[in-house]
Amino acid sequence: MRLQVSTRLAIFAVLELTAREGRQLSVAEIGEKYGVSSHHLAKVMHVLGRAGLVRSIRGAGGGYQFVGNARRTTLLDVARLFEDLSSGEQGTGSGDATHEEQTLSGILNEIDNTARATLGSITIATMRKLVDRRSARDDQHLKTGVTRRSNSQRL
Amino acid sequence: MKVLEATRINQAVQVRRVRAADIPHVIALDTRVTRIAKAEYWNDIFSRYGRQRSRERFFLIAESRPNRSAPEFLGFTIGEIRAWEFGSAPCGWVFALSVEPKMRLHGIGSALLKAISGEFRKAGVGKMRTMVARDGDLPLLFFRSEGMIAGPYIQLEKDID
Repeated sequence: MRLQVSTRLAIFAVLELTAREGRQLSVAEIGEKYGVSSHHLAKVMHVLGRAGLVRSIRGAGGGYQFVGNARRTTLLDVARLFEDLSSGEQGTGSGDATHEEQTLSGILNEIDNTARATLGSITIATMRKLVDRRSARDDQHLKTGVTRRSNSQRL
Repeated sequence: MKVLEATRINQAVQVRRVRAADIPHVIALDTRVTRIAKAEYWNDIFSRYGRQRSRERFFLIAESRPNRSAPEFLGFTIGEIRAWEFGSAPCGWVFALSVEPKMRLHGIGSALLKAISGEFRKAGVGKMRTMVARDGDLPLLFFRSEGMIAGPYIQLEKDID
């Protein structure tokens, strides 16, 4: 499953803002870490703001702050702000004229349902914990001399 | 009945083996949560998981701290070690976990899971599994927050003609 760039950015931005309670960051600071333009990120933050997940703080030292419930907001909640992840009806699409197409649609729906359930089962707080755990493990590996695997994942 | 040494998770909660006197609380909690009364099922579960093969079957109760005059029933979990089902090496299965709704988000579920995973570990297994309905938001969120991830098995089913 692939998530759109805006969805991935939104998840990363929320994770950055929830790294510490009350943390404020500008779009430039978040954008720099993930190698994206402030312009693109500003649009993403606007959508998150409309959904009540972040608020912008104006003035010197301003930026964005997370104001949602990290223990109740799931990755699916964030993703749905940017893309259509609604469940499809098996075999009712306009292209599903044949039994073969309808059967294939059913199989693909099975995959989509599992993907949706997975995204819906992970809250921002849980993902934050997973990120922190991975970060601590990498730090430990660095201390013990194990070569850190380069993070080749890109938006 | 063998009673485990109380496992104090924090100052407020202790987890111990089930006793017969707990079963009415288990039935009442389950009925409130699932809206299906099934006393016969829970009495059978108690006889099988609370009284037999206690080295591989664990029916644990969470209650408020014992030095209070009347300990409060907070929740329960049940699990067992299963070996070679579906070709799997021995692992711990958690097949029930429930917490009093008004006491949720206070670490009671975590205390129960920690206690039962400790029992699994003492029994020599290093893997713990459970199964959650895809639309069971609360249990899914809970088990995920405890670090559980999708395992290597896919659950399959069919309607029987």
